[in-house]
Amino acid sequence: MLTYIIKRMFLMVPILIGITVLSFGVMRLAPGGPAEAQMNFSAKASAEARERLRKLYGADQPFYKQYATWLTKFMTLDFGEAFADGRKVKDKILERLPITLTINLLSLGLVLLIAIPVGIMSATRQYSLLDRFTTIFVFVGFSTPSFWLALLLIYLFGVQWGVLPISGIHSLDITGLTFWGRLSDEANHLILPVFVSAFGGLAGFSRYVRNNMLEVMRQDYIRTARAKGLTEHLVIYKHALRNALMPVITILGLSLPGIIGGSVIMETVFGIPGMGQLMYQAVLSRDYNLVMGILVPGAFLTMLGNFLADVAYAFTDPRVRLR
Amino acid sequence: MQNKKNMNNSRSFTSQTLRYLMRNKLAVIGGLLVMLVFVLSIFAPIVAPYNPSTIDIKNILIGPSFSHPLGTDDLGRDVLSRMLWGGRISLEVGFVAVGIATIIGILLGSLAGYYGGWIDSAIMRAVDIMLSIPTIFLVLAVIAILEPSIMNIMVVIGLTSWMEPARLIRAEFISLKEREFVIAAHAIGATDRRIIMKHILPNGLSPILVSATMGIGGAILVESALSFLGLGVQPPTPSWGSLLSSGKDNIEIAWWLSVFPGLAILITVLGYNLLGEGIRDALDPRQRG
Repeated sequence: MLTYIIKRMFLMVPILIGITVLSFGVMRLAPGGPAEAQMNFSAKASAEARERLRKLYGADQPFYKQYATWLTKFMTLDFGEAFADGRKVKDKILERLPITLTINLLSLGLVLLIAIPVGIMSATRQYSLLDRFTTIFVFVGFSTPSFWLALLLIYLFGVQWGVLPISGIHSLDITGLTFWGRLSDEANHLILPVFVSAFGGLAGFSRYVRNNMLEVMRQDYIRTARAKGLTEHLVIYKHALRNALMPVITILGLSLPGIIGGSVIMETVFGIPGMGQLMYQAVLSRDYNLVMGILVPGAFLTMLGNFLADVAYAFTDPRVRLR
Repeated sequence: MQNKKNMNNSRSFTSQTLRYLMRNKLAVIGGLLVMLVFVLSIFAPIVAPYNPSTIDIKNILIGPSFSHPLGTDDLGRDVLSRMLWGGRISLEVGFVAVGIATIIGILLGSLAGYYGGWIDSAIMRAVDIMLSIPTIFLVLAVIAILEPSIMNIMVVIGLTSWMEPARLIRAEFISLKEREFVIAAHAIGATDRRIIMKHILPNGLSPILVSATMGIGGAILVESALSFLGLGVQPPTPSWGSLLSSGKDNIEIAWWLSVFPGLAILITVLGYNLLGEGIRDALDPRQRG
């Protein structure tokens, strides 16, 4: 087990280096840097001023030097300052993190809560009416653009019926409200974003649980369990479900970065000041430090999620360890 | 001789697969949806009632009516006509992006699977790296830096979605390269290139068919999202995503601008997903019972 973990950890090092080189390269080697982006606002800026800015940002250095400088700072968790307002990248990220985290954790919870029972039911009653309905829902869910669903819900709940707020994370004026009043105000603002983020995951996840369940139900030990006269309830919930949910660990591990990364489009549609929106603005203004400050920890978390999923998987399934 | 026998086998396999596909109701529906959108897009110049770019200031944001079945947008342009022409863009982006991704995937996947060793490790690490960076961020970064154009979008989506086909092809190669017909080819002195191209690849392509079919739907979704953000297809070229973007700006007064273009995306992507899933089931011998 230990050798497996160590081997798996060593594999992460080249990937991490690759991630930083690739994202650094995409941002730096492309034409138009932060100096140029800022100069667009003041067209008359002289070549001299431009050069000064380039020097300030270190853009006059060769690529490998820029990378080395950035990497040594990054190793000490110094993400630098955002170009736009000179504030620390770390602070900017930390103030955006809570709202994105809240929305994604809530929607992940909602997905698990609904998808697991639905997946089990459509697997145990394969080809029943419920199974057919969920199958169709799964395909429609996969094919629905989330921003379109968001628009439809905004139209129905916000415009037509006027029962839910359509944008932002709280009402404009919350000074007169009590603590509970504020909480319910914020909860109201979260309903649509959480539902829309959960929608796509719901389809994929319930399908995943169903297919795993079907796969497991075909195994010999299920036949054995039935043959020795266990009740169907016990067979399904004790023998089958445990093994069917094991691969679900992998999916949970893989959704770790999504929980932090946030969704660019979702936050744009609902006007939520979260990580996705921050990233979007940072990319558009070519705010290297900010982009790298979000991208690299995000990618690192993806790897960590993968790693944890693999370890958890190896822990629960001895066959994986031996490979 | 060997070759001819293989061809006979593959023909019967293909016709058998097709038969299973036709029996699958959902797959047939998917195929029909795909064909419907395809035909409508191809004949857009004939079918579209108006010129998609003609601005009509007197008829701004008119709801669905007899003269404009799906209404007009904020510049008075006919929504139905813009959707029909937008379909061409979406399909073009979908097909070319998936084409690029599939070619890269086949190339890298074959090399990794056939040679193994450090080539395999290097390519698989590259796959891991690409999978660790959220695609939407990479696409955003590249599009924000290059000019947003149809060409760039197709290339960027292609360059960020070759990982799945590469993995699939690699797995096929690993299992096929030990088979007798490949060993026989080695024995008679066939070159690596010939074995890869003529012997293994034709036998390992079926999983790619599924991923490519579903990939077209995925690419259309990414393109519409980018256009929705204003980073995709640029006006005045019509696209489903940019129609939705103006739908968002006018959500309080013009529901038709939000509803119909999204429906078009849904129907198209649904078609490719149903068809892809149907092909997967038809190719999977375990499902045949």
